[in-house]
Amino acid sequence: MNATAISAAHEAPGRPLVSLRGVTKTFSTGTTALAGVDLDIAPGEFISLLGPSGCGKSTVLRMLAGLADPSTGTIDWPQARVDGAGRPDLDMSFVFQEATLMPWGTVARNVWLPLRLKGLSMKAARPRIDEALEMVGLGGFADAYPRELSGGMKMRVSIARALVTRPVVMLMDEPFAALDEITRQKLNDDLLRLWETFGWTVVFVTHSVFEAVYLSQRVMVMAARPGRIIDGIDVDRAEETPESWRTSETYVRLCQRASASLVSAIAGTDHL
Amino acid sequence: MSGVRSPSADGKASPAEARGMERLLRVVVPVLMLAGLVGLWQWYVTAFAVPHYILPSPVRVAGALVTDWQVLGPALLVTLKITFSALFLALVGGLALAILLVQSRWIEIALGPYLVILQVTPIVAIAPLILIYAPTTQTALLICAFIVAFFPVLSNTVQGLKSTDHNLIDLYRLYGASRMQTLWLLRLPAALPYFLAGLKIAGGLSLIAAVVAEFAAGSAGAGSGLAFRILESQFRLNIPRLFAALLLLSAAGVAIYAATSLLAHLLLHKWHESAIRREK
Ligand SMILES: Nc1ncnc2c1ncn2[C@@H]1O[C@H](COP(=O)(O)OP(=O)(O)OP(=O)(O)O)[C@@H](O)[C@H]1O
Ligand SMILES: [Mg+2]
Repeated sequence: MNATAISAAHEAPGRPLVSLRGVTKTFSTGTTALAGVDLDIAPGEFISLLGPSGCGKSTVLRMLAGLADPSTGTIDWPQARVDGAGRPDLDMSFVFQEATLMPWGTVARNVWLPLRLKGLSMKAARPRIDEALEMVGLGGFADAYPRELSGGMKMRVSIARALVTRPVVMLMDEPFAALDEITRQKLNDDLLRLWETFGWTVVFVTHSVFEAVYLSQRVMVMAARPGRIIDGIDVDRAEETPESWRTSETYVRLCQRASASLVSAIAGTDHL
Repeated sequence: MSGVRSPSADGKASPAEARGMERLLRVVVPVLMLAGLVGLWQWYVTAFAVPHYILPSPVRVAGALVTDWQVLGPALLVTLKITFSALFLALVGGLALAILLVQSRWIEIALGPYLVILQVTPIVAIAPLILIYAPTTQTALLICAFIVAFFPVLSNTVQGLKSTDHNLIDLYRLYGASRMQTLWLLRLPAALPYFLAGLKIAGGLSLIAAVVAEFAAGSAGAGSGLAFRILESQFRLNIPRLFAALLLLSAAGVAIYAATSLLAHLLLHKWHESAIRREK
């Protein structure tokens, strides 16, 4: 399935995978979480949403996943059929900020879930489950229960569960926020490797300027109250290795630029 | 559990040995305690020559248990039958109604008040009415015990079904799970610890309700349960038999509690926080 979606993207390079137009979201509590978001995401792109707490990053992600509806505005998937609930018929995976595992199931059974819901038996799904666990470095933990794992390992199970469907679109909500610097760095590199291998479209939410610039091709900086996009930074990561990229002048300069944007985003809401 | 530490040099017991020791003590300590209390009781009765129609000695109670078994055995069976039928119906009914209630907010709004009324009205007060309407006394007792046992199962299970992790519900939605799949694979397992907590309470309550309802019914004759035998023994001042009947009731209560706890442990020990032994 993802092969067709990607080749379709190559045939029509100008067409975005998804495009948001004038999207607003007002909750029943009266909070305006988003006010007029316009955003195009190209197929195969790695895009980050960077912004202070409460600026509506999660809300954007949930709307992309069809888990919330915009109050006004449209979310269009020009290359896919969209069902009644606003979900495109693309394979989409969501990684939540918390691992969100089922404690009563082993690691393997948790990773099996998306395939199980599609009607695949454990036996049929097993090779793909093992493969996904191998990719996140948890090959030996298939039969462990979530409570036997560390926070970082749980997070990696959650990522394996997202990988196992071989998604076209990967939505990640601060997946590494709770992890230590080393693990986070490793998972960042793993994520980039997987993205290059599978050609996903990744929408990555983060608080961290460095993570956003390190990972993405484009960083969208958001401001709160009301939530909106205030800056878009294109990151041109030439053929750099992880090490050289992290110390390169371009990287440092873009981080400074993104930081400045973020500071202005926070300053704009400070007086409230 | 897998981390095995070797015995330390100062001769302290290894964790495995310490665990075995603890397990042994868990049995030995209560048994010693029981033996001590019974011994004290026997000594008191003998030393002060307490008449058996006031406080029978443990030996006499044991004797009554054996000699009166023809009377007490069938009565115990009757009480247990009511208890377990009521418990079974409460589990099935509580679970089914809980699932129904969480399907729609309106069902909950419509039924909620009546469930609360049923719960808060003392069963002793409704029992006479139920006795009039029910075809037999046994049925009336069963209905009383059911009403009492049903509520903890229902409210616990509803609570459990509602406290399912919202992110997991979203995840199921994202992957296009059907309502049945979400119920079966997510909501019911998430509610299991709550359901089992309800079961533990309901087990004890159904026995209590079976006895209380029989007191209220005041039924007599061949088909009567332990409650009636207790009243009867009281009238006849057959105190040893009264104690023997009480003993049977507590034993039944303890057995039910142990069985429900064991079931909960078996179902939860692999994953739920309540059943996990923390390793230091
Ligand atoms: N279900 C809800 N009901 C009411 N208000 C909500 C709801 N969800 C989010 N909000 C509000 O919408 C705004 C944006 O929330 P959102 O979760 O998208 O922020 P965020 O950018 O993801 O923040 P964080 O970085 O802290 O996760 C917040 O002000 C929040 O209070
Ligand atoms: Mg968020």
